[in-house]
Amino acid sequence: MADTRRPLSPHLQIYRWQVQMVTSILHRATGIALAAGTLVLVWGLLALAGGADSFAAFKACAGSPLGLLLLFGWTWAFFYHLCNGIRHLVQDTGAGYTIAQFVRSSWLSVIGSIVLTVIVWAYVLTAGGAA
Amino acid sequence: MSANAKDLSKDLRNPIKRARGLGSAQSGVGHWWTQRVTAVALVALGLWLVVTALGLLHADYATAKATVARPWNALLLIAFVVAAFWHAVLGLQVVIEDYVHTRWKEVVLLVLIKFLAVLGALASVLAVLRIALGA
Repeated sequence: MADTRRPLSPHLQIYRWQVQMVTSILHRATGIALAAGTLVLVWGLLALAGGADSFAAFKACAGSPLGLLLLFGWTWAFFYHLCNGIRHLVQDTGAGYTIAQFVRSSWLSVIGSIVLTVIVWAYVLTAGGAA
Repeated sequence: MSANAKDLSKDLRNPIKRARGLGSAQSGVGHWWTQRVTAVALVALGLWLVVTALGLLHADYATAKATVARPWNALLLIAFVVAAFWHAVLGLQVVIEDYVHTRWKEVVLLVLIKFLAVLGALASVLAVLRIALGA
């Protein structure tokens, strides 16, 4: 068990909501989701290597309503983790650490990920519907 | 702490004897650095994968297979899968270390994600090679 004799920071609900806290939490959450999503890529590759029948089964699953919903979610998770990951790489150089810059780059990650997700799915829908 | 200090005052061993083996594990910033290098690789490889996948939107089996079989695509696909699983293990490791406070559960999970990642990466590489080499 954790050693709880040390002072503990207050729980999440104590803090006033702020965008930097959301981007931090989302980075972890989307990272976990993407780790699971990578297994779907493995499934797709195995299906493709397995032959026409197994690939058709994979496509049917991916194109089902639940499959499309998950793919949409993973698209956003991917773009969010990508945008915010680049933000963290920039911050690793020591740049962008004033509070104003931090808030602005947080919003940039969130909005950028939404815009990219919309672009991708607009392309999917205009290219003749999903799957 | 005070009990510990008292012990120290009675201890006739040289302080270096106590310090030995309790220092750095010699891995330093390896975890942090590898996470960043795979992140940079995944920025490029991830964008490439999204574009490639969108190109296969309505592809039939033969087209999809031929696309994956092209040398550059096969190479980049393998690179993506290896970098993605590596990056995923490093990230999940930190999450588990942060939130799982029961030691045996923590260790089991840490080993489990590594096994899953290695299996997933090997399976993907094998699948891509089967497609690319036409076995």
